Amino acid sequence: MARIELKGLAHSYKAIPSAPTDYALRPMDMTWEDGGAYALLGPSGCGKTTLLNIISGLIHPSQGRVLFDGKDVTDLAPQQRNIAQVFQFPVIYDTMTVFDNLAFPLRNRKLGEAEVRSRVHEVAEMLELGADLKHRASGLGADAKQKISLGRGLVRKDVAAILFDEPLTVIDPHVKWILRRKLKQIHQQFRLSLIYVTHDQVEALTFADQVVVMYEGQVVQLGTPQELFEAPAHTFVGYFIGSPGMNLLPCRLDGDAIAIDGVRLPLTAEKAQRARAAGGELQLGIRPEFLRCLAAPQPGAIAADIEAVEDLGNYKIVTARLSGQVMKAKLPEDETVALGQGWLLLPPARTRLYAGGRAID
Amino acid sequence: MRKRSFALILYFLFILLPIYWMVNMGLKTNEEILGSFTLFPHAPTIANFRTIFTDPDWYTGYLNSIAYVSMNTVFSVLVALPAAYAFSRYSFLGDKHMFFWLLTNLMSPPAVFLLPFFQLYSSIGLFDTYLAVALAHMLFNVPLAVWILEGFMSGVPREIDETAYIDGYSFPRFFLRIFLPLIRSGVGVTAFFCFMFSWVELLLARTLTSVDAKPIAATMTRTVSAAGMDWGVLAAAGVVTIIPGALVIWFVRNYIAKGFALGRV
Amino acid sequence: MQKTVNNKAWLLVIPVFICVAFSALIPLMTVVNYSVQDILGPDQRVFVGTEWFLQVLQDDDLHAALIRQIEFSAIVLLIEIPLGIALALTLPTGGWRASLCLVLLALPLLIPWNVVGTIWQIFGRGDIGLAGYLVNALGLNYNYTASPIDAWITVVVMDIWHWTPLVVLLCFAGLRAIPDAYYQAARIDGASPWAVFRYIQLPKLRGVLLIAILLRFMGSFMIYTEPFVLTGGGPGNSTTFLSQYLTTLAVGQFDVGPAAAFSIIYFLIILLLSFIFYTVIQNLGKGPAS
Repeated sequence: MARIELKGLAHSYKAIPSAPTDYALRPMDMTWEDGGAYALLGPSGCGKTTLLNIISGLIHPSQGRVLFDGKDVTDLAPQQRNIAQVFQFPVIYDTMTVFDNLAFPLRNRKLGEAEVRSRVHEVAEMLELGADLKHRASGLGADAKQKISLGRGLVRKDVAAILFDEPLTVIDPHVKWILRRKLKQIHQQFRLSLIYVTHDQVEALTFADQVVVMYEGQVVQLGTPQELFEAPAHTFVGYFIGSPGMNLLPCRLDGDAIAIDGVRLPLTAEKAQRARAAGGELQLGIRPEFLRCLAAPQPGAIAADIEAVEDLGNYKIVTARLSGQVMKAKLPEDETVALGQGWLLLPPARTRLYAGGRAID
Repeated sequence: MRKRSFALILYFLFILLPIYWMVNMGLKTNEEILGSFTLFPHAPTIANFRTIFTDPDWYTGYLNSIAYVSMNTVFSVLVALPAAYAFSRYSFLGDKHMFFWLLTNLMSPPAVFLLPFFQLYSSIGLFDTYLAVALAHMLFNVPLAVWILEGFMSGVPREIDETAYIDGYSFPRFFLRIFLPLIRSGVGVTAFFCFMFSWVELLLARTLTSVDAKPIAATMTRTVSAAGMDWGVLAAAGVVTIIPGALVIWFVRNYIAKGFALGRV
Repeated sequence: MQKTVNNKAWLLVIPVFICVAFSALIPLMTVVNYSVQDILGPDQRVFVGTEWFLQVLQDDDLHAALIRQIEFSAIVLLIEIPLGIALALTLPTGGWRASLCLVLLALPLLIPWNVVGTIWQIFGRGDIGLAGYLVNALGLNYNYTASPIDAWITVVVMDIWHWTPLVVLLCFAGLRAIPDAYYQAARIDGASPWAVFRYIQLPKLRGVLLIAILLRFMGSFMIYTEPFVLTGGGPGNSTTFLSQYLTTLAVGQFDVGPAAAFSIIYFLIILLLSFIFYTVIQNLGKGPAS
């Protein structure tokens, strides 16, 4: 178990990076607390696997340092950092039994057989692999094999962190939740540091205590699933998380208020000032869950054209057009709204202002 | 690291010495070859090479060989790919027997097939065509291709196929865009071996052709005349026959050397 | 890997089946035909049953050739396979160096086999060949036309020169097909280079090695052109292997019956031994199933 710090970390595959786009990972500082369960969430190519491999030592960063519990490990090889990694597809030693697979990392460290045996049995119990110990690993299903991969990490008592690189990709959908639950159990039981890379927000939000959202090589937000949902720091976070994602409405600043279609939504003077200073395109963000649809106008409500209402069982999705922009709202199943002329209300408490993609608080 | 490079250099030296000797011989006259030991030709002559490039028997033979060998390589690989996939992914009636039986075609010397093939291809009017030799060579190249490709395909986890279907890929798209790139090195090496085995097969090629599609084989074996063996021309021919194959492996080098690039499925 | 049962998969196999069956069955029928008849004249064929088979099996010269053949194949396999694996492990894995190595490796394979024999014929001569000259210059008395041992060594070295690249290319391609993640996992697990070879590389090379071993076994067991051109089977018949013996029987003595009978026996020997290799290698490292 270890506290992992990244200081001034950046990585470029080019020898001399000149523009921000040359970086696979833009310069960052970050701390991963000991025993935390983190998800690294982002679309393909955003740099999350690069970051993971830098933490595990499989890639040496072109800039910056990696510290485990204060010790600089940037130049250390993976086996010296004492981490474990579970890959996208099951990596097991085909010719060995399950037992030997789990024992492998311990035997390489020259542990005594008695201790090897006890550790392996302990981990096998925990992962419900006890019955298969004598079987050849190659004959088992993908989910069992991933458990073995995980087991090889757990089997080392002093493992600093376990890193997961989209481990459920090749697992049968019906079985995914079993593994996810097992991971959570393990985390609760051992309080190991776990870092889980995924592009699936559901996985990230259900697994992690803290989620790191990445976009184009940058970390855009680090927070709990709730924070990410309620207070996205970046339009990308708003868009990526939630289904459907956050509505983004272009707007403009009119004195100390936002003006849309003749309706003025007041801001505090400081906020307006910060928005002006930040520059960039101004957008209002509101999640479909919080956008209210009204049949009759109220103060602050903006006229909109309700185009469609889809009934999806226990909720409804309303598609409306406001000021030329398509907006979606989520209504509970017992509410509805008529098609045609309607009004949309953006509750100030739930509405966020973004300038150039970044939130203005 | 130094020991490695040293060992490799020794081995490549071992490979190159006879080749260099062959080039050496190609540039000498028969008298000089048989007369004395010289590291470089005392009187270098390009007469041997000139014979090859100017004597129509030689250069048309060369072109003919390239034609049927290319045809054979393409056919063999194309026919083998679906079969290898079937053997790798499915079990069906008689599959294990069929798979081993394929190999039995490599267990008889081609000499056994000479007469029957000659009669067969003559009777269907394919005698002395590229097609005849290309098809005849499939006898040994197709089983080889199936075996090699099956081996590489079985190295790709089944889960990748399944994930692709879940992600909505149709089979052709999956096969071309996901599966084939994963077995790139296998395809590259298969294509090269099909080319190579067909290229050096002289007996069947000579038997099934006479004028139109005559390969280098016929002329190669014609180098024994009343004056004795024409060493120089034979050596020069040897040098020239290396070139197409070297080009083939150059073209597939990236397939062979790049391996399992598992991207995000 | 679990395979799904699907008899429709036969459809994918049919093109291959047609190509190969059609090329194989016809000659087979012809050979069997010849092996059980004695052709005394154009219209005089006498069915002799197993007479040719018995004659052939009792031929002492045949026994001698068979033993020589087995020795040759054994030596050649024992050298080429480990050497090929070792070289494949040592080759550079990318860039211009790998490309250059691949091209150089291909060269011996591309030379028509009679030219290979011819070149080595001159190459090995003490008076006019580079190798012969060098070896004699080192003080060893080397003459492959006079000494059976020298002839054997020359044939073996020629075969190694000619065919090791086949093994190297197959193993090289096989190694490239191993996903990086396995090596990464091994590094994380603290595995030594030997453990990486034993538990990752060798198991994953099994398919490719099977092909290499079978190809080299069949190739060496049926070898004809190169030794024939190099030594003509001599001195005496010290390098007369099975294929040459068979050809002499059929062509030289024009004894079609015994030759056909022997072809069948020849084929069956290769079949049997190949099957043994195949079964052993497939089951190697397949311990208790789950």
